[in-house]
Amino acid sequence: MTAETTAATPARDHGARDNGAPAPLLLRGGRPYGEDIADVLLVDGLIQAVGPDLEAPEGAEIIDAEGCIILPGLVDLHTHLREPGGEEAETVETGTRAAARGGFTAVHAMANTTPVADTAGVVEQVAMRGESAGWCVVRPVGAVTVGLGGERLAELDAMANSRARVRVFSDDGKCVHDPVLMRRALEYVKSFDGVIAQHAQDPRLTEGAQMHEGVVSAELGLAGWPAVAEESIIARDVLLAQHVGSRLHVCHLSTAGSVDIIRWAKQRGIDVTAEVTPHHLLLTDEEVREFDAVNKVNPPLRTAADVEAVRAGLADGTIDIVATDHAPHPADAKDREWDQAAMGMTGLETALSLVQATMVDEGRLTWRDVARVMSETPARIGRDEEQGRPLAAGEPAHVLVWDPRPVRVVDPTEHASLSRNSPFAGRELPGLNRLTVLAGRPTVRDGRVLER
Amino acid sequence: MNDDHGGPAQGAASTGPQGHDISRVLGAEEIRRALTRIAHEILESGHGADDLVLLGIPHRGVPLVRRLAELIARAEGRPDADDPLDLHGALDITMYRDDLRGNPTRAPSPTRIPRGGIDGRTVVLVDDVLFSGRTVRAALDALSAIGRPAAVRLAVLVDRGHRELPIRADHVGKNLPTARTERVHVQLAETDGQDAVDIVRPGTGEGERA
Amino acid sequence: MRHFIAISDLSREDALAVLATAEHMAETQSRSIRKLPTLVGTTVVNLFFEDSTRTRISFEAAAKRLSADVINFSAKGSSLSKGESLKDTALTLQAMGADAVVVRSGSSGAAHLLAHAGWIDQPIINAGDGAHEHPTQAMLDAFTLRRHLRPGDPSADLEGLHVVIVGDILHSRVARSNVLLLTLLGARVTLVAPPALVPVGASSWPCEISYDLDAALATGPDAVMMLRVQHERMVGGGFFPTAGEYSRRYGLSTARAATLPAHTIVMHPGPMNRGLEIAGAVADSPRSVIVEQVASGVFVRMAVLYHLLATDAREAHRDR
Repeated sequence: MTAETTAATPARDHGARDNGAPAPLLLRGGRPYGEDIADVLLVDGLIQAVGPDLEAPEGAEIIDAEGCIILPGLVDLHTHLREPGGEEAETVETGTRAAARGGFTAVHAMANTTPVADTAGVVEQVAMRGESAGWCVVRPVGAVTVGLGGERLAELDAMANSRARVRVFSDDGKCVHDPVLMRRALEYVKSFDGVIAQHAQDPRLTEGAQMHEGVVSAELGLAGWPAVAEESIIARDVLLAQHVGSRLHVCHLSTAGSVDIIRWAKQRGIDVTAEVTPHHLLLTDEEVREFDAVNKVNPPLRTAADVEAVRAGLADGTIDIVATDHAPHPADAKDREWDQAAMGMTGLETALSLVQATMVDEGRLTWRDVARVMSETPARIGRDEEQGRPLAAGEPAHVLVWDPRPVRVVDPTEHASLSRNSPFAGRELPGLNRLTVLAGRPTVRDGRVLER
Repeated sequence: MNDDHGGPAQGAASTGPQGHDISRVLGAEEIRRALTRIAHEILESGHGADDLVLLGIPHRGVPLVRRLAELIARAEGRPDADDPLDLHGALDITMYRDDLRGNPTRAPSPTRIPRGGIDGRTVVLVDDVLFSGRTVRAALDALSAIGRPAAVRLAVLVDRGHRELPIRADHVGKNLPTARTERVHVQLAETDGQDAVDIVRPGTGEGERA
Repeated sequence: MRHFIAISDLSREDALAVLATAEHMAETQSRSIRKLPTLVGTTVVNLFFEDSTRTRISFEAAAKRLSADVINFSAKGSSLSKGESLKDTALTLQAMGADAVVVRSGSSGAAHLLAHAGWIDQPIINAGDGAHEHPTQAMLDAFTLRRHLRPGDPSADLEGLHVVIVGDILHSRVARSNVLLLTLLGARVTLVAPPALVPVGASSWPCEISYDLDAALATGPDAVMMLRVQHERMVGGGFFPTAGEYSRRYGLSTARAATLPAHTIVMHPGPMNRGLEIAGAVADSPRSVIVEQVASGVFVRMAVLYHLLATDAREAHRDR
């Protein structure tokens, strides 16, 4: 780690108080939302005060946040924790540690596990695992259809009313492609303020697809995944959402055409939100030329024009949030011929650096916007009442201290995730997580997970 | 063949760009006389040009063999030699070398065997410098894949000693005792613009270093 | 030249050098003893994940003519079919002492992966990877073209020649490699296929694209290359309603062949579907060089093996 750490930082949490509550934390000299310098005082799991020159109460630990941005704890609306069933790639424990390292205080865990999270039992199990791990809040996502089979609705209401209080439902990994089923799902979730998060991919147009269909796929002889397979589903779904009066969320938007459709839909007042992944903000299909399956992902890396379009969409609010689609895979699943390799990239621990590099440092988003797209809006879409709150007195102490200055080479062996499939390995990215605080308790300090 | 003197006379010394000592051991005139003598020797030992095939070993063996063929044809009273191609050709030995895997890729040159083939004929291999003998060994292996000559002889412009195999030349233009560290630099008008044979000794520290 | 993976990696100089060596190899193959000692003591492994007797035998013949030992790993009945990974297979081959690996796979990029993943460091020759490239096929096609259309000039390129390639471009590694190599050597290429079999994105390729075979043949090309059509893929995949319809519009029938200039040669990488993409009579006609392509294949593969193995490995490392 860097030499900028203030004091010797033992790996253990810095002194819990006698009653078990975390010690008060005074974040001194940082810039909340990257705006004016102000201190932030966290006491008993809440933000007690935000303002210049705050006094440290007795027993408080003082964190030097000079030069740092203070943000509300990040919320990831799209993460794969792989548990139950995929524990060789990731577990709730390791995935939430990775989330905490990335600055996240809450993640929504996708349902494509084994067994699928399509019952109250499974989602409650995942929520409890998250709670006992204690690295961030885990909000399980419920499957839309039983077993992700795309044929009949799962017990969405049961999942919504379970202790996991599911509000986001998705067959992510697969598309809810039957239009009638999608309509029913959109209607059904209205009764408990749920939202369907669609993985937009027409399965017939993308049979055997390996990468974006375009100039590069033509040269490499890899089966193409045409943009229209994403756009046609989104177009259909926004019209359905309009017709039945539901809200809709679109996962991992990746094409210029998709951005245009969302923009059109919002102009017509359709209640749709959309997310973009950090990797789609940077990488193009040119990366595939080396046939390194670390770049194989669904939806695939697109063209430079698409990257520019999603950046513009994120900047102007057409795309509401950044969501990582963190998809860990063991080495054996990636060290293969392209067409036999698994799809997906890790993302929790590189997300904010990528957003900073592609959007903030390019002047297209302010840090206030980052708080909006990576904390406030995801929390709102996911109905996380405690997350994405303002940095103000009385709010829960879910906070991130981010130093935008250091430039570091991405080294997946440093990551807390069990998996190493990051396409950014070896790349220089800006920013460093100085401190993640969950309900007033530090979880990660200078990139090191604080064991309890 | 021209009678021009290219460069300094035999025995003249000079210094090359890297401080090497260069001394000329054969000039154009000496080379011409040597080749004439070799041509006559070949004819005498072979009792005439019938059933004779001269095969030059690329690269500089090729122009040498062409000159020898013309000399022989002239000596036999056939100055334009009905079809010079019938008397001489080229034998590329790249595929038979024993040192391929330690060196950069070698591009092979064409092999051209005269129309009459080599079976039952006397083949004279022609090369510019005889040194370790490995080139000739490779040439013998290459020949054996092409046919079965009645006899194989060797003619070289220069024999510089240091044989590593039991091989000797039948016709030698000049015997040149050399040290192993020295280099024999052959130039021919067809390939290098002038006829000359130089011995190059590595620099002794004087003069420019590149 | 460290590997022979793709024409897209090949320079014009390297391509011409390999073709020159192939000419040399061709000459040696007309001697009474055709075997050369050049690669004695080396072991070439044919790692074939896809069945292909023709290509495998061609590489085997090429290696043996250079006195290399050959080991064949084919998909059926081996650990390959039991799901052993490419990585484990490669490590096994290296441990067994392979000096070079010839790999044929149904996966685009397999050869590139073997060459660059860092599992093994042997030279790799791509014998066809998915729909990506088949570089030795393109080389033997260029070799054959040059012999017929630039006779007597073994160092010539293909400048000024017009080649028409017909068939399922979308799924064809032969088409991709040929477009690259033929244009690299100065030829002009026209691809002819039904629209569904032309890749989106092929419009950026350095060649013309036509849906009309008769119009393309009317320009009097110097060579017509017919690609194999896979019946199951075509009709089963919905690219074409019937084989008959494909044949009528895109088959090289006797009538169509008769409209070609006298010097035009007909090529096919094989194996042929007589009656589907090419009429049997055309395949057997004097202008067909299909059988000669097979012989050319051995010379070209000898040349590739020579360039990769009969060299200083460290020097070769520098190139890639």
